[in-house]
Amino acid sequence: MDVLLQQVINGLVLGSMYALVALGYTMVYGIIKLINFAHGEVLMVGALCSWSIIGFLQPLMPDTPNWVLLLIAMVLASAAAAVLNYAIEKIAYRPLRNAPKLAPLITAIGMSILLQTLAMIVWKPNYKPFPSLLPTTPFEIGEAVITPTQLMILGLTAVALAVLSWLVNRTKLGRAMRATAENPQVASLMGVKPDVVISATFVIGAVLATIAGVMWAMNYGTAHHVMGFLPGLKAFTAAVFGGIGNLGGAVVGGLLLGLIESIGSGYLGEITGGVLGSHYTDILAFIVLIVTLTLRPSGLLGERVADRA
Amino acid sequence: MSTAELVLNVSGISKRFGGLQALTDISMRIERGQVYGLIGPNGAGKTTFFNVITGLYTPDSGSFELAGQPYEPTEVHLVAQAGIARTFQNIRLFAEMTALENVMVGRHVRTGSGLLGAIFRTKKFMAEEAAIAQRAHELLDYVGISAFADYKARTLSYGDQRRLEIARALATDPQLIALDEPAAGMNATEKTQLRALIDKIRNDHRTVLLIEHDVKLVMGLCDRVTVLDDGKVIAEGTPADVQRNPHVINAYLGTGGH
Amino acid sequence: MISTMTHKFFSNRWALALLLLTLPLMLQNVGHAWVRIADMSLLYVLLALGLNIVVGYAGLLDLGYVAFFAVGAYLYALLASPHLTDVFPWISVMFPDGLHLSLWLVLPMAAGLAGLFGVLLGAPTLKLRGDYLAIVTLGFGEIIRVFLNNLDQPVNITNGPKGLGQIDAVTVFGYPLSKQLDLGFIQLPSVTLYYYLFLTLVVVSVVVCHRLEYSRIGRAWMAIREDEIAAKAMGLNTRNLKLMAFGMGATFGGLSGAMFAAFQGFVSPESFSLMESVMIVAMVVLGGLGHLPGVILGAVLLAALPEALRYVAGPLQSMTDGRLNAAILRQLLIALAMITIMLWRPRGLWPTPEHGKSLNPQGGPR
Repeated sequence: MDVLLQQVINGLVLGSMYALVALGYTMVYGIIKLINFAHGEVLMVGALCSWSIIGFLQPLMPDTPNWVLLLIAMVLASAAAAVLNYAIEKIAYRPLRNAPKLAPLITAIGMSILLQTLAMIVWKPNYKPFPSLLPTTPFEIGEAVITPTQLMILGLTAVALAVLSWLVNRTKLGRAMRATAENPQVASLMGVKPDVVISATFVIGAVLATIAGVMWAMNYGTAHHVMGFLPGLKAFTAAVFGGIGNLGGAVVGGLLLGLIESIGSGYLGEITGGVLGSHYTDILAFIVLIVTLTLRPSGLLGERVADRA
Repeated sequence: MSTAELVLNVSGISKRFGGLQALTDISMRIERGQVYGLIGPNGAGKTTFFNVITGLYTPDSGSFELAGQPYEPTEVHLVAQAGIARTFQNIRLFAEMTALENVMVGRHVRTGSGLLGAIFRTKKFMAEEAAIAQRAHELLDYVGISAFADYKARTLSYGDQRRLEIARALATDPQLIALDEPAAGMNATEKTQLRALIDKIRNDHRTVLLIEHDVKLVMGLCDRVTVLDDGKVIAEGTPADVQRNPHVINAYLGTGGH
Repeated sequence: MISTMTHKFFSNRWALALLLLTLPLMLQNVGHAWVRIADMSLLYVLLALGLNIVVGYAGLLDLGYVAFFAVGAYLYALLASPHLTDVFPWISVMFPDGLHLSLWLVLPMAAGLAGLFGVLLGAPTLKLRGDYLAIVTLGFGEIIRVFLNNLDQPVNITNGPKGLGQIDAVTVFGYPLSKQLDLGFIQLPSVTLYYYLFLTLVVVSVVVCHRLEYSRIGRAWMAIREDEIAAKAMGLNTRNLKLMAFGMGATFGGLSGAMFAAFQGFVSPESFSLMESVMIVAMVVLGGLGHLPGVILGAVLLAALPEALRYVAGPLQSMTDGRLNAAILRQLLIALAMITIMLWRPRGLWPTPEHGKSLNPQGGPR
C-alpha cells in the first residue's frame, strides 16, 4: 500500500511533465493537423539551454538564491526555445501547408533528428549533471516521500495550466486560436490571421516544453541530447489518449499516462510472472496508444465524430 | 401489376440518429432500365438514404432486395460486389492515376488475379489485364473522354472528371448505378451533355438512381421520381404527377401555416 | 555536351548493366571498403524497394519498417550460428553438427516470417489515418527492438544487447562467400562475391516490384493511396489489400535482413533502431515515392554518401575538436536532406513523371 502511494506520487509528477508537453502537441495538431515530431526536442533544447545558463550564471552570481537562478534560467531558456520553435515553423513547416500529406511529416522527423544532432554537436554527447537547485530533503507523506523538486513540478504545472487556461479562454489571442482550430477559413474571414495564431501556438508550446524540460532535468538529475525523444513520444501518446486537439484531454491524458507508467513499472514483473521486467515499461505507453486508437480513437475527452460520407 | 423486373426494392427503411428520426418508412421500387429520381429540399434525408443504400449506415428497420436477392451490405466494399456502383457529390477520383487507370480500378471487383499472377505474369493474369484494359478503353470512349486516357485524373476539366467517375462506376458492371448530385457545379452546356449521357445509359438497359437538386434536370430525365421531405416520402410517381402534387409544392416553396 | 553524353550513357540499359557488373571489380582495386559500401547500399535498396510497396504504392506510412529487417536478420542468425545449440542442449542433440541453414532455405524462410510479421503488425493499424499510422508503426518497431534487447531472460533467445555472432557466411552451391574466389586472371574477394549475390537479389526484386506496380493489385494499392473511400465504393476490399501491402513489403525487409546477418557475421539490437526506419523512409520519400528509379536513387544516395563522407570526416573531426565524427555527420546530412528536399522538391528527387501532359481548364491539351 505504501509502495502504491509512492508510485502514485511519482506518477503524478511524471504525468505533469507529460501534460505540459502534450499540450504543445495537441495545440499544434488542433490547428494545423500536424504531428510535430520535433516537439520532444524542444524540451531537450530548453533543458540544455537552461543548463548552460545556470552553469554560466552560477559562478558570476554566487550569492543569488538558487530559486532565482532557476527562474532566470527558465525564463531565458523559454525565450530561446520560443524563438527556435517560431523559426522552425516559419522556415520548415509553413511552406508545406499545402504540400502532399507526407511532406510535412518527413520534414518534422528530419527536424527532430537535426535538433538532436545539433545538440550533440553544440553540447557534446555526454550526460550532464543538472544541478539540484532546490533543497533535497524530502517531505514525508505517510510512508511515501516527495522531494521539494517534485512539489515544485506539481505546483509549476498547476500554475502553467491556470495561465494557459486564462489565455485560451479570456484573451483575444485565445479566442483566435480556438476559432482557427475549429474552422480556419471562417476564422480568417473574421479577420484572424492564421499565421499569427499558428506562430503563437508554437511559441506557447515551446515555453511549456521548456518548463517541462527543466523540471525533467532537475527531477532526474541529468540533461543530454537524447532526453527529449522518448518523453516526446509518450507525451504525444498522452495527447491522443486524452483526445487530440482537446486541451483538457492533454492534461488528463498526461496525468493518467504518468500514473500508468509509474504503477505499471512497479507491478509489471508481478503481473507477467517474471517474464517481463521493468525494462519493458517504455512499451506501456505504446500499448496505451494502440489500445486507444483501436478502441476509442477520439480519446478520453474527445468528441465522437461520426464518419460522414 | 407491373411485370417489369425490379432492380431495387426498398421496403420500410427507417433510420434514427440519437434524437433525430432521419428516415421514416421509406419504400421505393426501381425497375430495370429506369432512370429513377430522388429529390427533396435540403435536409430531407436524400443523402442519409443514399448512405444507407451504399452500406455506410445500417437501417434500424426495413429491407432491400437487389435484383430479387436480399441485399444487406454490412461493409462498404460489398456494395459494389453486390451490384450497386456510385459516384460522389464531390467527385472522388484517383487523382494521381490516369483516366484509364481509374476506370481499370473499376474492373477490380469483377476480376481476380492476385499477387502470384502479377509476379509470375501467368497466362491468366495477362489475359485478364488485356481484357481490363480493353474494357476500360471502351468505357472511356462510351462517356466521350478517350482522348484523355493517359492524362492524370486531376488534370481533367470538371465536366470530364464527372464523366470519368461515371465510366469508373460503369466498369463495375452494376445492376444499379447511383449518381449523387452529378449536375452539381455544372453549367448549362455541361448539364445537357450529362443528360445525354444518362439517356444513353438508360438506352443500354442500365438502371440509374439519380439524386439531384436540379429539379428541371430530374423532371426532364427521369421515368419516375420519389420526393422526400423531412425523412418521409411525400410523393411518388411520374415527373408530371409529382410536379402537380400539392405536398411537393408545399415542401419546396413552403406556404405559411399548413 | 558532357551531360547529354552521360545522360545517353545511363539511359542505355546495356551500359547501365555493364557498369553494375564491373563496378565491384573496379572498386576492389581502390579498396575493399568501397565494395563494402556498395554491398550495404544494395541491401538498403532492397529495404527501400520493400518500403516503397507500403508507402509508395499503398500510401501507408510505416515508421517501424526496420522490424522486418530485424526479423530476417535474427532468424538467419539463430539458424546459422552456434547460439541455439550453445544455449539449448536439446537442440545441440538434434543437430550435432550445429545449425547451418543453406541459402535456399533461408531466403524463403526469412521472407515468409517477415511477411507474416508484416501482416501481424499491420492488422491493428488498418483503420488509422496517416499520422497515427506512422506513430503506431513506430511504436511497433521500438517494441520489437526492446524485445530483442531483453529476450535474454528468462530464456536466452536473442542474447540481449550482446547480440549474436559467429553467423555463417552464405554458401552458394557449396562455396562459402566468405572465401576469396580465385579465377586465375582475377581474384574475387568475399565482398565482391557478396556484391553479385546482392545484385541478383536486387534485380529480381526490381522486376517483382515493377510487375506488381503494373497489375490489378498494384492499381488497387494506388487507389487506396489516392482515395480509400472511393476505393471501397468501387468494391475494393481495402482491409485485405492493405494487409497484402504490409506483408509483401515486409518480405523484402526479411530478405535483406537475412543477407545482412550473413554478410556482417554478427547482429545486435543496435543495428535495428528507429534511426534506421527513419532512414529507409527518407530514402523512399526523398528519392521519389512510388517511382522505382527514384527509390533506388534515394537508397543509394543515403546509404553510400554518408559512408563516403567518412573520408572527409577525418579532417573535420580534428577541426571541430572531435565534435563532428562520421556518424554525426551522417545523421546531420540525413536530417538536412529530409528538410531541404521536402522544401525544394516535395515529391522527391525523381518522382513519377507527370504523364507529360496537362490540360487547360476548358478541356483539351495545352
